Formats: sequence, structure tokens, C-alpha cells
Amino acid sequence: MKTEREEILRLAEVDKVFGGNVQALQNMSLTVRKGDFISLLGPSGCGKSTALRLIAGLSIPTSGCIDWAHPRGKGDLGVVFQEPTLMPWATVTQNVYMPFRLEGKSLSSVKDDIHSVLKLVGLEKFKNAYTRDLSGGMKMRVSIARAMVTNPKLILMDEPFAALDEITRFKLNNDLLEMKERIGCTVIFVTHSVFESVFLSDRIVVMAARPGRVIEEVAVDAPYPRDEEFRTSAEYVAHCRAASRALEQAMEAAA
Amino acid sequence: MTSEVNVPVVDSEETRRLRKVRIERTAKWTLPLVVMILSIWLWDRIVVWNEIPHFILPSPSRVWASLVNDWPILWDAALLTGRITLLALVVAVVGGAGLAILFNQSKLVELSFYPYAVILQVTPVVAIAPLIFIYVESKTVGMLLCAWIVAFFPVLSSTTLGLNSVDHNLRDLFRIYGASRWQRLYILQLPSALPYFLGGLKIAGGLSLIGAVVAELVAGTGGVGAGLAFRIQEAGYRLNIARMFAALSLVATMGVFIFAALSLLSHALLHKWHESALKREI
Repeated sequence: MKTEREEILRLAEVDKVFGGNVQALQNMSLTVRKGDFISLLGPSGCGKSTALRLIAGLSIPTSGCIDWAHPRGKGDLGVVFQEPTLMPWATVTQNVYMPFRLEGKSLSSVKDDIHSVLKLVGLEKFKNAYTRDLSGGMKMRVSIARAMVTNPKLILMDEPFAALDEITRFKLNNDLLEMKERIGCTVIFVTHSVFESVFLSDRIVVMAARPGRVIEEVAVDAPYPRDEEFRTSAEYVAHCRAASRALEQAMEAAA
Repeated sequence: MTSEVNVPVVDSEETRRLRKVRIERTAKWTLPLVVMILSIWLWDRIVVWNEIPHFILPSPSRVWASLVNDWPILWDAALLTGRITLLALVVAVVGGAGLAILFNQSKLVELSFYPYAVILQVTPVVAIAPLIFIYVESKTVGMLLCAWIVAFFPVLSSTTLGLNSVDHNLRDLFRIYGASRWQRLYILQLPSALPYFLGGLKIAGGLSLIGAVVAELVAGTGGVGAGLAFRIQEAGYRLNIARMFAALSLVATMGVFIFAALSLLSHALLHKWHESALKREI
């Protein structure tokens, strides 16, 4: 039994209706605690991205509430999108500096933070490169560095590795877990992939579509750090099976 | 086993490709030059063979002589036209980009005024110019106004497009980080719009010259001295066709210079990051 960790965020019976009749999200409740790695897993249209937008404050719930344990400051939330979403006219350093710049901090005052986060994602040698000179995986690392640089309370990741090839994806999965261990961040991760969600998370929230809702929460109680060995273990396969079964139920519920 | 290559290995496909690149690089400059020399020679031959009088079609040598002999007059005229053109371009840039930013900041302002910007653009400047010179006392201001009407629209429309083409995820990210309106404009939208703006600027450069020439033709000389367009008109009345050609060549040269300068500016600002300035390997 895990000790109760500090609560960061709570969603209570959140509904989101678009245009008066499209129910994107129905009755979603979720408690996020410090250090959690939660995956939202489900088919297209199940409201995963809507949930992320609501948590990010880009959209407001039609009913229900989203409560932060402490008032959210400017750098308390990091976001990684499916695309790297970098500014092509800016260097890697300038891109990672962006959240600080918007807080009104000078580059020299946060130089060390930027340096250490670039080291964390393995791009310290590319700090002066423009994004067009980077590969897809490297761009995504810059995007992750930008999300982590302010040491946020919560990082939202919306299918960040979906567009990458499998080798890069595995590598980034491993590295992401290592980074999480090192800086102890809290992550909500949206994905289509059962295997990715099991490898990364300690809780998988399985969602169904039409209307978007939570079907089941699957706990992955394998200890961190997880490595390549975990990926081939019987335990991993068992968790994948449990998650797949829940996903199947979700698909049937939507059919 | 070693895969190290000490001597550069070039296969036949590479050789062909490199040769093609080399030829194209030279041809880019030599071919237009050859075409020009041939055209001038042909022009000269047509005049000589057909014994065409110089007041109908002067030979290239006569045009050259006019360019040299009338240089003081033509140079003064070129300076005047150039000054109006550049001023008009500056006003078009400030007015066009300024309006685009204003429209971008307030949808209501855009909805109110955009149709009138379009009307101003689609009405031929030749038709508006005489009216302008009735109400605007200063010839210089009138000419600037004419040139501005022609040149501001490409800057306005392309900058507007650029300001609205910001990656929507980046826009969301700026919202999440609590960026102010000013920060969003300065850090995100203006750099995003830069390639679009520069595209509009290149078009505006040519148009401001057209605007200046049209304005001169309508305005005449009163008070501001004579520009190139006025000199062309005047030489036409006197059947000094050689001087017409000489002045025309100066107008064309000016247009080429403006285009080249703006292309250079565009390259300087974009070559580090924008796709348009990228050189692909193959």
C-alpha cells in the first residue's frame, strides 16, 4: 500500500458539451497526486484531449469542477503536444527559455535551469541549433525540455510520441521515465497505445467514446525504475492484457 | 574490415548531378546576358537594315548617347522618382503592417475597415489620382498618397495572413503560460508573420514604383521638379524617342534594384530558419 501523497488536482464529475448537443466528456472524476504518472487510454473521440484542455484551462467544464490544491501559477503547468510545436525562428535555447520569458525573467537569470534541462534531455550540444537542423525525436526532446524547465507541478502530454518511429519512441519512453525519476514530476499522458501506457504509468484511465467517459481505472503496480527487462517480463504482459481487456470493453461500450 | 573511405568516391550519377549544378550556376548569369546582347544587336540591325528614322525607333547607340548626354537631367529625375518611390514604400510598410496589426488585435476594427481597404485597392489609382491632386495641395504628399494606395495592400493582406497563421498549439501554449497580448504579438505573432510580410514587401516594392510613376504622370512638375515619368512624357512630345528609351531603362533599372535589395533583405532575415531559404541536399 502506497503512502498517501499530496493531492495536486481533482476533477469532480466533469461534463463538457460542445455546441449544446455534442457530449465530449461525461461525468469524469480523477484525483492526481504528486508523483503520479497517469495515462488516459482510449479510442479516438473518447474525450482524452478534451480532458487535457480542461485541465490546462484552455476550456471550461460545462458542469462539475476542476480544483487545484494550490492556486496555479504561470509556470506550474508544462504541456507537450503531439507535434513538437517549436518556434522555428528561435534556437533550442530560446525555445526552452520561452516559459521563463513569458514570466518576465531574463535569460541570464535562468541560464542554469536551461542548461540542466537540456542536459537532462541530452541536447546540451545542440543548444544553439535551429529546430530545422534537428530530427523528429530531438525536436520532441526540446518540447519536453521546455515543458520541464519551469519545474511544473504537472506536465500534460498529448500523444507526444505518436508521430515518431518505434525505435525513437521506445528510446524516448525509457528516457522519459528516467527524467521523471530524476526530477520527480507528475504527468498526465494521453495515448492510443496499450503497451506505451503500461510501460510508463502507474495508473491507466481507460476511456470510451460517444460520449467520452471513464470506463475503468487499471493500476500498474510494477515498481519504478522500469527498464527494457520490464518490457519483456511476464508482469508487463499481464498488465498489457488487463489494459487491453479494459480497452475492449470501452470499444464495446461505444459501439 | 574497414569502411573508411580515403579517396572521395563519385559515381556516374553524382558526376552528372555535379556537372548539372555547375552548368546551371554559370548559365544563371551568362544566359540572360547573352539574350540581352543578342536582342540589342538585333534591334540595331533592324534599325540599320530598314533605315528606320531615329524619331520612330532610335538605334541602341543613340539611346546610349542620350543616356550619356542627358545624364544630368535624367539623374535628377531618377533621384526624384527614387525618393518618392522609397518614401511611398516606407509609408506602405508602416501603414500596411500597422493596419494588419490593428486588424489582428481587434476583430471589430477589421470587420469595420477591411472592405474599404479592398475598395481602395481595386479602384485604379489612375482614376483616383486626379481627385487627390485637387484636394491635396502639396504635390509631394499627393504623389506619396497615390503610390501608397497602390503599394500598401499587399503588405496589409500578407501580414494579416501571417499574423493569423500562428501554429494553434503554440497559441494555446502562450495562453497556458499566461502570456499578455503584447507578449503574444511580439514573441509569437510577429516572427510568424515575417516571411509573409517579406513576400508582401517584395510586391509592394514594385508597386510603389508604379504608383510613383503614375502619380508623376498625373501631377506634372509643378513645384517638385521633374521625375523620370515626366521626362518620358516630355521627350515623347518632342519626338526625342532616344531619351524616352534612356529614361525608361532607368525606371526599369530602378525596379530591378528595389527587387534585388528586398530579396537580399528577405534572405538575410530568413536564411537561418525558414523553409523558403533552405538548400536541400538533393
